[in-house]
Amino acid sequence: MEKFETLTSVPTPFPQDNVDTDIIIPAPYLKTIKRTGLGIHAFETVRYDDQGQLTGDAVFDREPYVGSSTILIAGDNFGCGSSREHAPWAITDMGYRCIIAPSFADIFASNCVKNGILTISVDQDVVDYLAADGGNGLEITVDLPSQTIRGSNGKIFSFDFNPVHKTMLMNGLDEIGQTLESADAISAFEAKQKLSQPWLYNRDV
Amino acid sequence: MPHTMYDKIWSDHVVEDRGDGIALIYIDRHLIHEVTSPQAFEGLRLKGRTLRRPAAIIAVPDHNVPTKDRHMPNPDASSAEQLAELDKNVVAFGVEFIPMSDVRQGIVHVTGPELGMTQPGVTMVCGDSHTSTHGAFGALAFGIGTSEIEHCFATQTLLLKRAKNMRVTVDGKLPIGCSAKDMALAIIGKIGTGGGTGHVIEYAGSAIRDLSMEGRMTLCNMSIEAGARSGMVSPDEKTFNYIRGREWAPKAGQWDVAVSYWKSLASDGDAVFDKEVTLDASDIVPQVTWGNSPEDVVPVTGHVPAPTDYASASKQKAVEKSLYYMGLTAGQSIESIKIDRVFVGSCTNSRIEDLREAAAVVKGKKIADHIIEALIVPGSGLVKLQAEEEGLDEIFLEAGFEWREAGCSMCLGMNPDKAGPGERVASTSNRNFVGRQGAGSRTHLVSPAMAVAAGIAGHFVDVRTLDTGEA
Repeated sequence: MEKFETLTSVPTPFPQDNVDTDIIIPAPYLKTIKRTGLGIHAFETVRYDDQGQLTGDAVFDREPYVGSSTILIAGDNFGCGSSREHAPWAITDMGYRCIIAPSFADIFASNCVKNGILTISVDQDVVDYLAADGGNGLEITVDLPSQTIRGSNGKIFSFDFNPVHKTMLMNGLDEIGQTLESADAISAFEAKQKLSQPWLYNRDV
Repeated sequence: MPHTMYDKIWSDHVVEDRGDGIALIYIDRHLIHEVTSPQAFEGLRLKGRTLRRPAAIIAVPDHNVPTKDRHMPNPDASSAEQLAELDKNVVAFGVEFIPMSDVRQGIVHVTGPELGMTQPGVTMVCGDSHTSTHGAFGALAFGIGTSEIEHCFATQTLLLKRAKNMRVTVDGKLPIGCSAKDMALAIIGKIGTGGGTGHVIEYAGSAIRDLSMEGRMTLCNMSIEAGARSGMVSPDEKTFNYIRGREWAPKAGQWDVAVSYWKSLASDGDAVFDKEVTLDASDIVPQVTWGNSPEDVVPVTGHVPAPTDYASASKQKAVEKSLYYMGLTAGQSIESIKIDRVFVGSCTNSRIEDLREAAAVVKGKKIADHIIEALIVPGSGLVKLQAEEEGLDEIFLEAGFEWREAGCSMCLGMNPDKAGPGERVASTSNRNFVGRQGAGSRTHLVSPAMAVAAGIAGHFVDVRTLDTGEA
């Protein structure tokens, strides 16, 4: 996973509330057995017309965002709905590495961390300020080490972020590889649980 | 210090505390299906890793499976490929698999409980947000993404952040004609789709105790629609009776110890919850959603709202958009909304009790002439068999409904069961998102009784006033 430190970009303003995972990536595209190539279908109902033609009117497809914006400014409860990791895969495939919103749905936010996407929750007025910067074509900078966002006019906003997730993102760690180092602790847990709740192990041979 | 049920199950599964509310949590049960697992298996392969504990996993195909003509090849090549990938992976990695031809095959969240895999106090995951369903048994069950599936495959653990505790207390008697679905929708209407974000919901109160296991599953299923990754109900005799004798249940010599452990899981009387919500069940009336978020819900006796009914500018805009997409006019009565299709099924409402509830309304009636298709899709082969033993299939077929094989069906547009652009569905599923049941489809979420009642009347109707022909 790519390491995350700072990111500078004109952010894409998409401040709609309750954007669900079916909007981010509709179910028919979940039939893939790969993680890549979902970007063209991302936000399909927003970007394509009834005939399946890309309208070019959606913010994602307009200058100066298309092909270069790496920061998405979203609305409240972004990513609600299903657990499909295809949602962050699609967003990654579009080129985004950071999403800023008033709040995120839990599973979506967790899926983002695993894919190196930084999700930042800040107050609505901060989101509005940054969305306006995006609308005006101004760059903003997200700095994970100092947990700050620099907007226009030198405005600095700080944000909270879980320290464990911060370490993961900044080091681009293989989480599974790390957990496997705790194999002994996992085995010890299982041995203990097998004594107290043997019925949970009826199927193990 | 007093503890909630969630606190207790969490503590009992901590392998390592990593600080800042994060811990490595042991996972007891893992359900997989064809849609979210292929990339996780691929991840294992790329790193040369194996499954830590295959005995904890069951695989069932559900999202892509056709609900009719199963002897024919799958009509969609990419669905077929995804299903074939699961067939291949379960063999390569040694996972117990319940194929389409097995009578136990069904929607993962129907199959898990039927196997007795779902038990109080277990941690249970699946790459599907409706895994919250299993909390009905007092399990800590939640949906995960594919990276977490892979993590769980390799380590039988997940690195999780502890959630906050929320309690939704529902006291009083649920009126006749209302069911757990109406309760779930009423709760979401009250707290909103973000109301439970960051929390695990425990449902408590006399109305919850009165619910059957099926009803509790419906309620916990929709916790995610309120933003909560898990919902749970304290286990009781109903829970124990449901589990007893099932394939994965504790054996005779283990049963008493298991039950006494299960009884110890209930939240302590003086446990403190971060958030409390209360509802009176007797106030609940049959619910119908009108918009593109499950929180867009009103009683069947109500009207489609106007954007100006809402204070915030963003909500006003969202309402305006939803009314346009849904083809509705502000102020029109819910009962005036004509429907084109009926769908009774999904992990929310496809269990035997749901089918009985629907059949009681349908008995001796016919669906309205203009209905394009009315599907009854049992949640598993076992539910289907049980319903057929009770003669429910005959009741549905005589009324003009189709009687299908088990699967996710029209809940989401991944298999042949879809609604066309502009078509309006009275649906017992869980999400009314834009395009959820097919591009341009219009979904109204309702209970099984309300869905079939709408099919008979041709428009939404208060099932309490519809003559059911029953005494």
